Amino acid sequence: MAVAPRTPPKKRDWSWRSQAFRGLLYQVIAVLLIGGVVWWLASNTAENMRIRGIKSGFDFLTQPAGFDIGESLFSFDSNNPYWKAFLVGIGNTLRVAIIGIILTTILGTMVGVGRFSRNGLVRGICYGYVELFRNVPVLLQLLMWYLIFTELLPDISEAKNIGPVFLSKGGLTYPGPVWESGHLWILGGLIAGAAAAWAYRRWATTQFEATGKLRSMFWVPLIIVLLAGAAGWVAGGMPNQWQIPTKGEFAIEGGSSLTPEFLAVLFGLVLYTAAFVAEVVRSGIQSVPRGQSEAAQALGLAKGQEMQKVLLPQALRVIIPPMTNQYLNLTKNSSLAVAIGYPDVVSISNTALNQTGRAVECIAIIMLVYLTTSLSTSFFMNWYNSKSAIKER
Amino acid sequence: MFKSGTKIVLGTLVAAGALASIPAHAGKTVDAIKARGQVVCGVNTGLAGFSQADSAGAWSGLDVDICKAIAAATLGDANKVKWVPLNAQQRFAALQSGEVDILSRNTTFSLTRDASLGLHVTGVTYYDGQGFMVTTKSKIKDAKQLKGQTVCVQSGTTTEKNLTDFSKANNLNIKPVVFEKVEAATGAYFSGRCVAYTTDASGLASVRNKEAKNPDEHVILPQLISKEPLGPMVRRGDDEWLAITKWVIHGLLEAEEYGVTQANVDQMKSSTDPVVQRLLGTTEDTGKLLGLDKEWMARAIKAVGNYGEIFEKNVGPKSALKLPRGANNLWNKGGLMYAYPIR
Repeated sequence: MAVAPRTPPKKRDWSWRSQAFRGLLYQVIAVLLIGGVVWWLASNTAENMRIRGIKSGFDFLTQPAGFDIGESLFSFDSNNPYWKAFLVGIGNTLRVAIIGIILTTILGTMVGVGRFSRNGLVRGICYGYVELFRNVPVLLQLLMWYLIFTELLPDISEAKNIGPVFLSKGGLTYPGPVWESGHLWILGGLIAGAAAAWAYRRWATTQFEATGKLRSMFWVPLIIVLLAGAAGWVAGGMPNQWQIPTKGEFAIEGGSSLTPEFLAVLFGLVLYTAAFVAEVVRSGIQSVPRGQSEAAQALGLAKGQEMQKVLLPQALRVIIPPMTNQYLNLTKNSSLAVAIGYPDVVSISNTALNQTGRAVECIAIIMLVYLTTSLSTSFFMNWYNSKSAIKER
Repeated sequence: MFKSGTKIVLGTLVAAGALASIPAHAGKTVDAIKARGQVVCGVNTGLAGFSQADSAGAWSGLDVDICKAIAAATLGDANKVKWVPLNAQQRFAALQSGEVDILSRNTTFSLTRDASLGLHVTGVTYYDGQGFMVTTKSKIKDAKQLKGQTVCVQSGTTTEKNLTDFSKANNLNIKPVVFEKVEAATGAYFSGRCVAYTTDASGLASVRNKEAKNPDEHVILPQLISKEPLGPMVRRGDDEWLAITKWVIHGLLEAEEYGVTQANVDQMKSSTDPVVQRLLGTTEDTGKLLGLDKEWMARAIKAVGNYGEIFEKNVGPKSALKLPRGANNLWNKGGLMYAYPIR
């Protein structure tokens, strides 16, 4: 808003020629204009839809959906209402987005760091990977992976298996635990373990700063978490029922499975986005002054330590903001899944739109979902960014 | 962003279409058509036998012929049609927003579509039912053998819901894999991702004929799981246009029933049968009541033939689709096609 003049007035001048007054006036006009346009659009849409006899409103959300969904994180029946169908879609979108973001971060960081490798082959592979995957449109990549999964894999009736893990055009089927309430204890144990591991790391850090004694910062916490999980399993009565998939006459029955649609979306998005993440990581590392690297070498740090302890922490500050963009891109690109039949929120919304004819409402829901996920992602990343920024004291 | 983009763009278009046309009464559809000198007809992007474009861009098919007949009746020339190929999701929005005057795109009539979309159903041009196509290799003989199987289906159709109803009624737990485009759905079926592909039986015949590498490797299961009355839809707000559409369809049926064909329509004008005389406008002026001239039906028949001829040419036993006449035969020949009297 208004920039303070060179000699700030003691008291705000509210005469009509004053900067403060004009500033306020322009803002009010801007808000009124925007509000007016929004109102005009909304009321015109409603009016025109009324004239054309198109029913509108969100009341359809409580009606039974009447269609099945191929894969869902929780049980869904066609008698369930539309809002639950939307939840299934949102769940599927988040599933692919969250797993995708984690895998993309790991792969992208590895490739980005790999471009500084002293091994020419590794460097070349990383370079080739980035150039290949970031220059091919992501939709094409999704279709390619889907084609690979559905054309090259064996038919369901001739599924290939390694022990109880089956791979076919029906996807990847593997043994899954039979759900019992005892499993909640494992979850509880893992959470408690994570808290204990965090406390341990905090203690170890203060110890290191005070005494210089280096303690394991990775293996010990990992063991703490795993032990706590195992303790939870024992406390939960040791549920050990597994559902082993078997080959039936027409299908593979039982077990958990990942569909080719899910796998294709995940592969496509991860490989595409990781290429960008690799470039972000590379640029971040390159932004660290050369002197830092030389200083690390002068201190006698190994190449790995140099990267892990000196370069990456400083690079992080440059990396995080563009990384946020990549996460948002991945989430939004997951809407392309509709092209290969993955029931994400766009796909569900399409079906709902066609069954009910509520185009404006369904599109609004899609927009709201992506807006919410994107805003929460960037909110979290901004928080993380401010946390890892240089503390200026 | 292309595929899902279409959807977003589409939704925005619906909104924008609703926003942009401020005048509450854009003029009657018929007036607009006459002023424009063209009927804008929404058709399928490609469904052999119903609507498809050849290499020269000329459209043919049963749905296409209905539009041609209506154009001939209304404007005097069957070629005064602008074709707008639409996919399943676009079709209703295109009609609602006025992008097309008539939607002749193998569209199933249902209560929801008639009552809540701001549209009207007109007359049935093809009685269909939903079926399943499976490979001969799968050895499936009955739709009830699809227990726990994956079935490929296109989104935005009544098909999805019928499949769910069928699965539920028979406790089959069928897993649908839903695709936005029909090409993607059939592609996934032919690649073996799904055990079966489901859509209207006529559509199955069309897909098998046009897209299968070897049509003999696929069978269409005899069981039909739904009723699919297909026909053109028009936008609400112009009753005259609704009437013209409806009565051209009845006229084509009436013509078949009374033996008026594309070839003999001119001779039939001297017929002494009062029904034929009324149909061809030699005595009573039936066209006047619809806002057309006397010759309206004669022109339509001359342009595309009667309903029987349209059927034979596009989808009947002699065409590539080889569909039996079945329920689409005239009422007095064991079918369901029954024309209201033109008088």
